[in-house]
Amino acid sequence: MTLELQGVAKDVAGQTWIHPVDLELAPGSMNVLLGPTLSGKTTLMRLMAGLDQPSSGRIVWQGQDVTGRRVQDRGVAMVYQQFINYPSMSVYDNIASPLRLQRVARAEIDKRVRQTAEMMRLTPLLDRRPLDLSGGQQQRTALARALVKGAGLVLLDEPLANLDYKLREELRAEIPRIFEASGAIFVYATTEPEEALLLGGSTATLWEGRVTQFGPTPQVYRAPQDAVTARVFSDPPMNFKRIAVQGGEAVLDRARWRVDVADGRYTAGFRAPHLSLRQSPQSIALDARLDTTEITGAETYLHLRHGPDRWVGLVPGVQTLPAGAPLTLWLDPAHIYLFDEGGRLARAAPYARAA
Amino acid sequence: MTSARGSLGSAVVMTLYLLFLLVPIYWLVNMSLKTNAEITGTFSLYPLSPTLENYRTILTDPSWYMGYVNSLIYVVMNTALSLAVALPAAYAFSRYRFLGDKHLFFWLLTNRMAPPAVFALPFFQLYSAVGLFDTHIAVALAHCLFNVPLAVWILEGFMSGVPREIDETAYIDGYSFPRFFTRIFMPLIASGIGVAAFFCFMFSWVELLLSRTLTSVNAKPIAATMTRTVSASGLDWGVLAAAGVLTILPGALVIWFVRNYIAKGFALGRV
Repeated sequence: MTLELQGVAKDVAGQTWIHPVDLELAPGSMNVLLGPTLSGKTTLMRLMAGLDQPSSGRIVWQGQDVTGRRVQDRGVAMVYQQFINYPSMSVYDNIASPLRLQRVARAEIDKRVRQTAEMMRLTPLLDRRPLDLSGGQQQRTALARALVKGAGLVLLDEPLANLDYKLREELRAEIPRIFEASGAIFVYATTEPEEALLLGGSTATLWEGRVTQFGPTPQVYRAPQDAVTARVFSDPPMNFKRIAVQGGEAVLDRARWRVDVADGRYTAGFRAPHLSLRQSPQSIALDARLDTTEITGAETYLHLRHGPDRWVGLVPGVQTLPAGAPLTLWLDPAHIYLFDEGGRLARAAPYARAA
Repeated sequence: MTSARGSLGSAVVMTLYLLFLLVPIYWLVNMSLKTNAEITGTFSLYPLSPTLENYRTILTDPSWYMGYVNSLIYVVMNTALSLAVALPAAYAFSRYRFLGDKHLFFWLLTNRMAPPAVFALPFFQLYSAVGLFDTHIAVALAHCLFNVPLAVWILEGFMSGVPREIDETAYIDGYSFPRFFTRIFMPLIASGIGVAAFFCFMFSWVELLLSRTLTSVNAKPIAATMTRTVSASGLDWGVLAAAGVLTILPGALVIWFVRNYIAKGFALGRV
């Protein structure tokens, strides 16, 4: 059971929402669509589900072209960001409804509904109406309905985005378990790199309707093949700085470090947590100006300005630093990615290559 | 002290307001329980010798009670027709963008703005020509002219309040459109259907001009019967008053049943 997208593209009213994309989702794989809002995650997912038809290209499911096939006959399941259930039915009937439509025997329906409800921890709530439940329970109901019919393709469109922080963490931790039990291809759309890393599997990064990279999640994270992917797969977004390399040595302000790339102009990229307020043996010094700090408790976000560029640093603990003052930050060159003039990755950060 | 006086003041105002509202209705009931001699002869605030004779006349004389039956038949027909047409139309307006959808919606609404008199003439001629004159369905169809747009407008508001994702989830679950519409969607907008049905019922029930123009004997509505009861012996006041009371009743009953739905309709700003 593989899902293949072959040159699938979507134009709406003369605008390209999805540029031609080729994807092959392996049987029983977890796939994350990672990208900011309006990057095309939902559009791509709707194409996979068959809710929308692609402007060009083919969608192949288990070796069959299903491009024009009705959504009812696709054998997919989908969970939305909003908690979508049938309000006039009890939780039990909600979960049972896809099975009833498939004319499954009554005893079998009951067995599977109770099994799924048990897995989703809904057993005590089966007689309630969805709108009487908390947001987390409503989304569990939606998940249960999606899973109960044993669809080969389960699409989750930011299913945790509308939940509060605590519930989100709780339900997120369960997704891998649910996924394991289902054996289906999961596609999970999210805006948060953290979720992608947590879910593992494969990740496709999206930017302005383009799939910029698709591969095993840790690999895409460690070696993003271009600057856009690196930006999408970093939270806060990756910091960038234009630098020159001469004679195997990169130059940034007063800092010099050795790199193994050809001479020329590059864009250096590094992630926020790698900026440090403390000097370490290998680190180079960067002189920036502190705009504001944002304290979360365990960590402090530093909003920095370096020449025309805006950077974000993430340092441990509560840091009270004067806003508007110059600030020297330290960065280990082992954490610096180099992108060439076209934005392609020229050299992954050495620490990532070692890993 | 101030608040006590304030609440007393508002109670007085409220009572006066209700009194004034109820005076004509009270007077109607009052008249319906009197004899013609008492109505025309003396002035009394209540029936001196109460009688149900007027009601008996109406409920036993076919020329009277058939008026109610006729009215009810075409009103119910019209309500069912209007809803049957308006439900899919409202769904289309709320879910799809199509060429000219906004113009069509506006045009539907303008039908409500034209006085029925404008349409009486064309309907009369048309129905006479096709042999629909003096049938219940003729009146029911004519009333659709202003009830369908109203129902579409009310239902569209309720439907747009239902997230589109519910439709899609149902299709993904395997529901066909008709099954989804009747099993999932209609229960969700039940209050909207109630409100729309109520207004269709009311407007059709109180409409006089079209229903009188398009009928003569077989489908003559009660309102027409009432206006044609000037006999040689003068006006039959008591019977007319009783007919009036019986005409108010169905509306009052319907309002009682749908009052909660109407509150929801108000909340949606569509009523």
